[in-house]
Amino acid sequence: MSVLVYAESPNGKIKKAALEAVSYGAKLSKLMGLECIALVIGAAEGKEELASYGASKILQLDHANLQSFDSQNFAFAIAEIAKTQNAGVLVLSHSASGKSIAGRVAVRLNAGLVSGVNALPNLEGGFSVAKGVFSGKATAHYQVDADVKVLSLMGNAVPLEKQEGTGTVESVQLEIPAPKTKVLEVKTQDGVVPLPEAELVVSAGRGMKGPENWGIIDELAQILGATTACSRPVADIGWRPHHEHVGQTGVAIRPNLYIAIGISGAIQHLAGVNSSKTIVVINKDPEAPFFKAADYGVQADLFDVVPKLIEALKKYKASQN
Amino acid sequence: MNSLVCISKTPETTAKISFNDNNSQFDTEGVQFIMNPYDEWYALVRALEAKEQHGGEVTVINVGPASNDVVIRKALAIGADKAVRVDTEANDAFQVASEIANYAKTGNFDLIYLGKETIDYNGAELGAMIAELLDIAYISFASKMEVDGNVAKIERDIEGGIEVVEVQTPFVISAAKGLAEQRIPNMRGIMMAKRKPLEVVPSSSVQAKVSVKEYKLPEMKSGVKLVDPDNMDELVRLLSEEAKVI
Repeated sequence: MSVLVYAESPNGKIKKAALEAVSYGAKLSKLMGLECIALVIGAAEGKEELASYGASKILQLDHANLQSFDSQNFAFAIAEIAKTQNAGVLVLSHSASGKSIAGRVAVRLNAGLVSGVNALPNLEGGFSVAKGVFSGKATAHYQVDADVKVLSLMGNAVPLEKQEGTGTVESVQLEIPAPKTKVLEVKTQDGVVPLPEAELVVSAGRGMKGPENWGIIDELAQILGATTACSRPVADIGWRPHHEHVGQTGVAIRPNLYIAIGISGAIQHLAGVNSSKTIVVINKDPEAPFFKAADYGVQADLFDVVPKLIEALKKYKASQN
Repeated sequence: MNSLVCISKTPETTAKISFNDNNSQFDTEGVQFIMNPYDEWYALVRALEAKEQHGGEVTVINVGPASNDVVIRKALAIGADKAVRVDTEANDAFQVASEIANYAKTGNFDLIYLGKETIDYNGAELGAMIAELLDIAYISFASKMEVDGNVAKIERDIEGGIEVVEVQTPFVISAAKGLAEQRIPNMRGIMMAKRKPLEVVPSSSVQAKVSVKEYKLPEMKSGVKLVDPDNMDELVRLLSEEAKVI
């Protein structure tokens, strides 16, 4: 048996989500006394690096019918490799592509699926693994009764750990049918870390009074190297693009640092961000419910505080260089 | 264009989450239930728009007990033509997907819609499972769709952007924000919903593959540390030395 990890490579590159999945798979394989095998499909710049996160070998699958993403073909390919590698556990990233594949692969392998896991499984008396439920308001420990387990790993949930690795890349072959979907275009912002992967997030809400005031938010994010986010009301009125909306009905995130500026902290917003490791709240209303969920709070007008914070960070960054 | 829309019942977004029976069950005492927002606001409404543009019929399906009928009636009030409830308490997404796929095989559906995830178990598992069980395409996290004959052009949300995909019917689509605009049922819709057919069908004998053993609530924060607004150097120091996040 083995632990197979599908190391995704959106836009042809291995990114943090794939490294986390391999790092998680390697730790799990040690717990289970199994080998950890990584699978990459198509272009995957940086795949050799997977060895130093614990992959004992890296399987490279190329096929003309896998050149753009199609959940059915990718699931078929991953399931076939899982069978030939005798995988007891298959690990995916809980990403846009991972979520589209996970259910399909689980059906193909007759496996039990737990999606969005955020910790290593407990193997005492079976196989149970934790994930966030109720939009981050609670954790559920799932028992998996099927022989084969499929887990999709939440981003930024487990620390990345490098280790000695000697895994080499091997090519594998598979016949793949023509895809039923055709990708016409992929539009992504270059140079911006997507919210689900971001370690640092600067988020702002209605307290900003208008979209023209977002300059200080962008500047703060830029100094920190953070990704910007927003609350639902400001996405709904069109001050900010809807992909920035974090919360229960937006993107759920768990960065290392979440700075909430001018956001009161309605329960629906908190649900999407309360797994963040450190939360800073800047709000002039001392009664804002967000302060109850915060680690650090500044109770003052954001238009005074944020420029001061930017200056303080500039000084700090300069002292670091 | 005949559509099947999968709807789920979830706790209302402000519901207090607690557990009983040794933290093994969600405590429903005093909890208000609603139709899962992604199912209601985006999936159902986009199916109704497709019907308005191209004709056909919109059927909603729910897998659950009779107490779910209130949510099903709301979907009928918003505009669905008829409803089906598979009468069982499902324990995992595979069980729900199997019931829905079994029903879908009996009809002639061009599109199967569902919300991108439910706001209770946040799995985003169901759409991919239904598509695989039916051996058809699956487009997840759709925020825009144009339909021309049997070809759909869809924008789906991916990390940091969108992907534009073309696909032919039949397929499964999971709805994200942007796919449609929420509709509020009016009095006429509510009255008509009472007369629309709600068929109750027995479940098959599919077994769940995973189950929740225990729930836990997050540890409470130890309390907010307030920082003097005139001393942002102190906040930076705390973030770097105490929290170690910058």
